[in-house]
Formats: sequence, C-alpha cells, structure tokens
Amino acid sequence: MAGLEIRNVQKSFGTTPILHGVSIDIQDGEFVILVGPSGCGKSTLLRMIAGLENITAGEIRIGSRVVNAVPPKERDIAMVFQNYALYPHMTVRDNMAFSLKLRKAPKDETATRVNRAAAILGLEKLLDRYPRQLSGGQRQRVAMGRAIVRDPQVFLFDEPLSNLDAKLRVAMRAEIKELHQRLRTTTVYVTHDQIEAMTMADKIVVMHDGNVEQIGAPLELYDRPDNMFVAGFIGSPAMNFLKGQVTGNSFRTDGGLTLPLPTRGARPAEGQRAVYGLRPEHVRLAEGGVPVEVAVVEPTGSETLVLVRPPGEAAGTDLVKDLGRDMACVFRERIAARPGERIAITADPNLVHLFDPESGRRLS
Amino acid sequence: MADIALDRPAAASREGASAWSRLRTSRGWLGLWFMAPAALILLLFLAFPLVKGIWLSFTDTRIGRGGAFVGLENYEWLWDDSVFWLSVFNTLLYTAIASVAKFGIGLYLALLLNKRLPFKALIRSIVLIPFVVPTVLSALAFWWIFDSQFSIISWSLRHLGLLDHNIDFLGDPTWARTCVIFANIWRGVPFIAITLLAGLQTVSPSLYEAATIDGATPWQNFRHITFPLLTPIIAVVMTFSVLFTFTDFQLIWAMTRGGPVNATHLMATLSYQRGILSGSLGEGAAIATAMVPFLMLAIMISWFGLQNRKWQSG
Ligand SMILES: Nc1ncnc2c1ncn2[C@@H]1O[C@H](COP(=O)(O)OP(=O)(O)OP(=O)(O)O)[C@@H](O)[C@H]1O
Ligand SMILES: [Mg+2]
Repeated sequence: MAGLEIRNVQKSFGTTPILHGVSIDIQDGEFVILVGPSGCGKSTLLRMIAGLENITAGEIRIGSRVVNAVPPKERDIAMVFQNYALYPHMTVRDNMAFSLKLRKAPKDETATRVNRAAAILGLEKLLDRYPRQLSGGQRQRVAMGRAIVRDPQVFLFDEPLSNLDAKLRVAMRAEIKELHQRLRTTTVYVTHDQIEAMTMADKIVVMHDGNVEQIGAPLELYDRPDNMFVAGFIGSPAMNFLKGQVTGNSFRTDGGLTLPLPTRGARPAEGQRAVYGLRPEHVRLAEGGVPVEVAVVEPTGSETLVLVRPPGEAAGTDLVKDLGRDMACVFRERIAARPGERIAITADPNLVHLFDPESGRRLS
Repeated sequence: MADIALDRPAAASREGASAWSRLRTSRGWLGLWFMAPAALILLLFLAFPLVKGIWLSFTDTRIGRGGAFVGLENYEWLWDDSVFWLSVFNTLLYTAIASVAKFGIGLYLALLLNKRLPFKALIRSIVLIPFVVPTVLSALAFWWIFDSQFSIISWSLRHLGLLDHNIDFLGDPTWARTCVIFANIWRGVPFIAITLLAGLQTVSPSLYEAATIDGATPWQNFRHITFPLLTPIIAVVMTFSVLFTFTDFQLIWAMTRGGPVNATHLMATLSYQRGILSGSLGEGAAIATAMVPFLMLAIMISWFGLQNRKWQSG
C-alpha cells in the first residue's frame, strides 16, 4: 500500500484546459472522495492517476515514485468503472482472474485469490456465470472483485454506484466502506452524490471547474466551508444564501429579515455587504423570532421541509442565486402551518456563515 | 420465450370464438400471415431454381431440347472427368488462399481504421473503392494490368532493369492462378474490413482500458478482448466471404475464362462453360449441384463452430 500525491496537476484536451492545477495529498490507507458537479474534471483526474490520460503538467506520485511516465499496468492500481467494464465473454471467475492470468501467476495462487475475493463479496455461487447473467449489483460486486484480486496499492472508483437503484446504493455504500476498513487500501472514489461523499470518506475533495475548492474531513466541510461553492454543494437540502448587510449586532437581508451574526470569527464591519449562509436544518422555530411567510410545507415524516419568504416579498428576493426558490427550513417538529400563514424563526448564531459577495470566500 | 405473454390475447378469445376469428386474432397465426409473403418469394425465387437445377442435373437436357431422366449418369461422367476434378481443386485452392488472405488483410485494415487516424473518413472511403467498382470493370482493369504484352507491371520492371522480358501473367498456369486470386483478394478485402470495423466499434473502449489496467499489452488486448468479442461477426462475415469466393464467376470469366489449359477454371465457370456455352445443361447443372455439399459444409462449420456463444445474449 502507498499514499498518493498529486502536485499541481494540469490537463488540457487539445487547447481546452480542463484541470487548472490540482494538488491533493492522500495518506496511505485513506479513503478519499472526489466530489463536484458534472463536468468538473473528476473522472479526468482519476483517469490520470490510472494512467489512462496523460498528464499535461504537474506530477503524480504513487508511494514515492513519480508515475507521470509509467504505463498503467506498472502503476499497481485497480480501477472500478462506472459501467463496470466486465469482459462479457468471460465468466465471473475469469473476469476476476484475468489480471493474474496476464501476470502468469501460478494456477493455485490465482484460484486462492479469486476464491478469497469471491468470499469477501459473496460471489461464490456466481463464479461460473457470464456478466449478462448478473444483476446490476452483482456486476458491481464482480467489478470490485476484479480490483480486490489484484491487491493493488490504490483503488480507483469512478461513480461505481450511479447505475444502481437507491436501496442497493445504500447497501453497496456500506459494503464498500466495510471493505475498505478490512483491506485498508488507499482509495480514491469519484462521485457527484454528496451523501455518498459524506458517509464514506475520510477526506473529501470538492472540485469545481477544474479546481479544488476545498479538501477536508466530511464534517469539516460541513461545519466550515471555505467558500460559497463548497457551502452550497455539501449538505442537503442545500444551504440558503441570503444577500444583505451587517447592521449593528445583526445581519439584515435585502428582503428585510433580521438574523443574528455568527459568533465565530472576527466581527464584520458595520454596513458591510455580505452573503449570509444558513443551513435549512439550522433554522429554529422561535417565539418572538423573525416573522416569515410560509410558502410550501413538505412533511417527510421524520422532519418537515418548509419554504418561507420575507412577509410580503416575492419568491427568492433574498437569495443570491436567483433560483426562483424560497428559503428552505428543515424542522424536526411537525409544522401545522399552511401556505400564507406566518411563523417566527431564528438562526443559531453558532452555526451560520458569512461570505464575501464578490469572491464567495468565507469572511473571518 | 416471450410466447407466454404474446399468447394471452389468443387465450382470452378462445371460448366461444369461431375458427376464423381465432385465426385472425391468434398471435401465432398472425405471425404466419406476416411471414407468408416473404416465404412465398423465397420459395419462388430461391428454392425453385435450386430444385430445378438439381432436377436438371439428373437429366440429359441440352439447350433447345428437353431431356430425359438419366439418373446419376452426369455425375458418373464427372467422376471420371479430370477437368472437373481440376476445377474442384482450383476452387478449393482459390477459396482457401483468398479467404485466408482477405481475412488477414481485412482484419488488419479494420484494426488500423479503428485507431485515431487523420483523414479517417477519407481513408475509409478509399478502402471501399474496390468494393464499389463493378466486378467486371475491375476484372477488365486487372486483365489489362496482367496483359502479356502491355502489362504495366512487366513494363515497370523492365524499365527498372529488373527484367528483360514480359511476364506472361495470364498465360502461365501458376501466374494465372496467382493473378486471379490476387484480384479476388483486392476485391473482397473492403467488405471484410468495413464489416469488421463495424464490429470493432461495438466494443466498449472501457474494456480496453480495464484490460490495460489489468496489465494487458496491446497484443494481449487484441488476443483476449478484441478477437473473442469479434468472433460472432467474424463467423458471419467469413461465411459470406467463403460462399462468395467459392461461387465466384465474374472475375475469372472476365480475366481468363478458366484458362490457360483450365488452370483457373472454377466449378462455377466450368459449369457455365459446359451448361451454357456447350449446351449440355444437364452436365452443367450437375457441376453446379456438386458445389452444394461444399457450401453446406462451410455453413455448418460456421454455424456450429463459431456462431453460438454462451456469453452472448439471446
Ligand atoms: N477526451 C476528451 N476530449 C475533450 N474533452 C474532454 C474529454 N474528456 C473529458 N472532456 C471534458 O473534460 C471535462 C471534465 O470531464 P470529466 O469526465 O472529468 O467530468 P466529471 O467531473 O467526471 O463529470 P461527471 O460527473 O459528469 O462524470 C468536461 O468538460 C468534458 O467535456
Ligand atoms: Mg465522470
């Protein structure tokens, strides 16, 4: 096993720059997840680690070895593809044994390794089937088996669960996590599902448009996002961003709501324009709080999602990105309010954020 | 397999329905109705000539004169006919060499065209040219290229000082065989190359990537991924190629008419010469019928040997 070091890596396809200098340090045995919206370059970066794309500039090290010029088969990595890329003309057994066969490993060693991987993944009964005779989840497991058999330095996963239904995805998520705890192989895992990222990662790398926006442990990103992009990307439903300015001891939104200033960090200057970041789950119902008008109530059973707006204002006035949406609040309590009624809310000053409206960076 | 679902409407209308309405509504019968026109056409234009040809081979029909049934007499004649056996040998040789070469070159070209090439579309259309040119036209061109006096090959070699006399390409038996086989290869390669290219393009690139990461060299990629995945289409295309080559007529007829001294006579050309030109329809038909077992064998081999793969769906 080995760590992975990505130093200022850039990538262009032709003249189009895709990655603009990405640096990530991955410790030996760490489970790192790359997240980001579609097209931000996650797969490209992963394929560069695998050696399927060449590196325009910068350096990738596996262990202590620079692998820029090392062909894929000598990098000692295994990759699980989004479409699994199982060899359709080989049985499950042969699929898993393929890399060993190419390496001319002894037959009994191959058999042992394949059987062990099959046992780990519960594939024993399927070894003689062809990929077309498997369900999506089973194929996914075979693809992982193929990687495990190799016993590589690094596992690479490219959205391995995106073709599965929601329930299976949750199950496989746990399985992959457990597998990692067992094997402790350094893993780089790409997804655009932030729940996957939050639940599985030791460390999350948030990417956007070919840049790394922030790297950190899941809760770190949740609690202290560096900028509005990360703040909006991590957490579901997404954080509310309210435009406004600092007025006295509080923050006054353009729609007229008065909210408490964050307790953390330096106090912003009076009158400073800022974006107030408030997670839906950090909104509280409070007697004597800020009155808002209920627009939509969506009970989900365990909690209630309520969309609210400043009284008398049109939808989305306060919000930075005019999504035509109201401010989202998630309450543990069941809310009986109807659209049009008023409720009083407040925000926990320990859990709110302020961002610079121009750069999007976190203030303080 | 889907019959269970498809039969349901028929089952529903079973009670109390007249035979006619059952015929009209049953999915099975409906299928038969739809198949009927095609079956009729096949019967009329394919089966009839075949049966008629086989029947002719048992008669002593000549052009302009109906014949009588003579049993196996035509075949007995052929059995002792050294020219017939020569044509069988020629046909097998022609088919074997040309098919193997066409396959090799076609596959090579397909692999090449499947790579990222500049001017790919242009190169692909160039590859198709031999296939697009009418056979007779290209045969005439070859005839000219291989002419005993005006051959451009002889001319070039002589001007380069490599040769002091013209090669009699189509006059010497070995040369003549080589030339017709060459022409057949030239003409047949595009079909194979383009079909295999289509097959190659159905192979997901991620399979190659997965294999590369698994440690496969380019050769192993071909050996373990490309080739096995291509076998179904190879089976189909090579069956066709063998059938077409085995029954080839146009090229030979335009280039050599079976000469010199029958060295390039194929069964098809011999059949035509005996049956139509010499007028012995019965004998010509017998030669043509003698091709059928060979063709059946070729089809059987590809059918049982190559086509049905467990890993394929359906
Ligand atoms: N071979 C290529 N040639 C040119 N551009 C490419 C190529 N491959 C990817 N790109 C571009 O690079 C960018 C990043 O692509 P990439 O596949 O890495 O995105 P991603 O983050 O994995 O997105 P997704 O979540 O949709 O998979 C995209 O804008 C894409 O159009
Ligand atoms: Mg991707």
